[in-house]
Amino acid sequence: MKDFIEHKEHHLHLENGLSEGTKSGIPKIVLAGNPNVGKSLFFNYLSGTYVDVSNFPGTTVSITKGVYKNSEVYDTPGVYGVSSFNDEEKVARDIILESDIVINVVNSLHLERDLFLTLQLIDMGKKISVFLNFNDELKKRKIVIDAEKLSDLLGVPVYETSAVKKMGFEKLDEAIANAKVGIQPDALHHVLHETLNRVGSQAEALLIIEGDEIIAERHSVPCGSGDEREIIYIERRNRVNEIVSTVEREDSSKGLFFNALGKYSLNPITGIPILLVMLTVLYFFIGDFVSQRVVNFTEQTIGKKYFEYYLKSFVANYTPSEISVTLKDEQDPSKKLRVYSFKENLNENQKVKQEFDHASRDENAIVDFHFPNPFVKLLFGEFGIISMTITYLVFLLLPLVAAFYFAMALMEDSGYLPRLATMLDRMMNKIGLNGRAVIPIMLGFGCVTMATITTRLLGSEREKTIATAILQYVIPCSAQLAVIAVLLSGAGVVPLLIYVTVIFSTLIVISTTLNKFLPGQSTPLLIDLPIMRLPKLDNAFKKTFFRTYGFMKEASLWFFVGALLVGLLDVTGMLVVFQNILAPVTVHWLKLPKEAATAFVMGVVRRDFGAAGLFGLNLAPMQITVALITITLFVPCIAAFIIMIKERGMKEGLIIWFSAWIFAFLIGGVVAQIII
Amino acid sequence: MPGAKKERTANIIMGNKTLDKIKKGTYFTIEKLPSGIVKVQLIRLGLSEGDTIFCLERLPGGTIIVQKNRQEIAIGFELAKLISVRIKII
Ligand SMILES: Nc1nc2c(ncn2[C@@H]2O[C@H](COP(=O)(O)OP(=O)(O)OP(=O)(O)O)[C@@H](O)[C@H]2O)c(=O)[nH]1
Ligand SMILES: [Mg+2]
Repeated sequence: MKDFIEHKEHHLHLENGLSEGTKSGIPKIVLAGNPNVGKSLFFNYLSGTYVDVSNFPGTTVSITKGVYKNSEVYDTPGVYGVSSFNDEEKVARDIILESDIVINVVNSLHLERDLFLTLQLIDMGKKISVFLNFNDELKKRKIVIDAEKLSDLLGVPVYETSAVKKMGFEKLDEAIANAKVGIQPDALHHVLHETLNRVGSQAEALLIIEGDEIIAERHSVPCGSGDEREIIYIERRNRVNEIVSTVEREDSSKGLFFNALGKYSLNPITGIPILLVMLTVLYFFIGDFVSQRVVNFTEQTIGKKYFEYYLKSFVANYTPSEISVTLKDEQDPSKKLRVYSFKENLNENQKVKQEFDHASRDENAIVDFHFPNPFVKLLFGEFGIISMTITYLVFLLLPLVAAFYFAMALMEDSGYLPRLATMLDRMMNKIGLNGRAVIPIMLGFGCVTMATITTRLLGSEREKTIATAILQYVIPCSAQLAVIAVLLSGAGVVPLLIYVTVIFSTLIVISTTLNKFLPGQSTPLLIDLPIMRLPKLDNAFKKTFFRTYGFMKEASLWFFVGALLVGLLDVTGMLVVFQNILAPVTVHWLKLPKEAATAFVMGVVRRDFGAAGLFGLNLAPMQITVALITITLFVPCIAAFIIMIKERGMKEGLIIWFSAWIFAFLIGGVVAQIII
Repeated sequence: MPGAKKERTANIIMGNKTLDKIKKGTYFTIEKLPSGIVKVQLIRLGLSEGDTIFCLERLPGGTIIVQKNRQEIAIGFELAKLISVRIKII
């Protein structure tokens, strides 16, 4: 079904733009290259549009379009060659076919690997310019590549760049102007001749000979056999090796510290301690420093004590209110509760106001405002659209999510993820995946929606299904983790252990079951490891900024919608009705206070929002555990749900979504029956 | 590693084996790749029949990390089993 839709799109492209694209008038520049070579950095520079840059193969999984001067530029997923072995290759192939000029970005450290694509582009008859990127790393390793000679051998312009340092980008204009069709082997034309006459485009003719069934079908010509492809590939591989041996010289191989770290992270004896150290550092940074200290300050002090207090007392100037002030005395644990009522507004009785002011300014005072006016309550009350949303979003989630994204960005930039994928490969085999799936799953801890898209880099449909299921059922995204971290770190070690064990076991059970019953076979691991290096801080900050911004933009909308919904239910009294209806489940089965039902209502909108709804409930540690397990396993947020439907189809998406309800309450309840 | 020398002599005698059995730290030559898409994928990455490759690491369970020039590639057990190799005698 999905293939069919994609197919139709291809035809549309072809009809409008025609394969070689020149007809549309605006030149199309396509950035093409192997995975993880710096294409997206080129794209950021050319188009001024931000796209993610990370140090693992497969960061970009779809096409992004931008504008550079009077042309269109396209960022593409990295590919090792033009063909249609998987979805990324298919999208890359089509945009390359439509291009006028290809800017081929090459990782100079891996010339042998990368030039394969370059030669294929040349054989396709594309106008290209080659950029030897990673020049800085090349110099560090004292490797010399003769760019001039390479240019002679290929017959196309060759430039040297270091994209992270923005060095060599000034050559881009020249490269675009001088892009050329390179030198093709004579034998190629004999091979292509017949097909070329029938399809009219050399690029497509070559792909057909190389066995691309989709292209062959488009032109309804017979497609080349696997054997023909192999012969062409081996011949091309030999040409590459020959070229590399003439242009490249390595003076000395100097040991680089991070290289060594890369090796140690793969060694079973040192790899596990390295992983543990990483996790510990992560725990102290997120779980302790940010979610305790930072958030305590932002949420409690800035949010509650200043923002909400001033906002609400300002509102109280204009409307009746009942304000309770709880004074906590350090020495005397008995609480002092005082209630101030203002029939008109805050200023009707200066004496009471002064008393209230005095009491509420106490260090440990907890001030609760109640507004009888339903409209005011809707906006500024306990679940007030304005008061609650802003506190949660800005003072609670923002610092946590930013910290999380930052930690993720550092990890993504270090080159550690593909090594972790390799380390865990055998374990992942047991649940029907290969190590590669570690990448989307880890990204899921950042944002499940984004990670669901990244499952495209997996090799087969069944792997994509298993990984998507894991992401949508059990992986809490950063926003949710944030709330979980705050609640759990207050609850103690045992709840943490129970929580982790239950979630982890659920993951194992769900994925092994899927592995057992899904038809087909999973693919074995085959991944190239990028260099290991110190993360680039500027890139990490930039990425954190854009992701956090994106998160806030999207989450704000849903938070307001959610708050409005809950607020309306609250003022109309429906919330209590709901809570009573759900009471058998919440109170008897999950053993939570009936108000916890609100969290689930909110959770349908977004899980993090739901989890945030557990804050005001004063739950016991074990109740927190149960509530968090239930909300973690609960339905994914609306954005993740929509993306899942898009990626995996309506049927699969709905099955996962509805079964999440069942799993959440089933497992949450069973745990509740045992531990509470 | 003790016994490494003995091991190597044994390898020379045994000659052919599959990649999953290769010891860490040995050079080997690729004899035969499995046919089909996997083969062309490997060729594109730079691993073709006749190439001499270094085994950088062998993880418990059989995931193999090989190195060719500067490129490190991780290969899962299931795939490694299908690649025939010959130990290089230096
Ligand atoms: N040292 C160095 N690192 C670079 C250079 N160019 C890119 N990088 C790093 O290489 C990694 C990959 O960069 P991206 O721009 O995401 O690469 P891409 O080609 O778009 O990758 P995919 O989207 O996965 O295909 C990042 O960690 C960059 O910081 C360079 O010239 N020198
Ligand atoms: Mg990219």
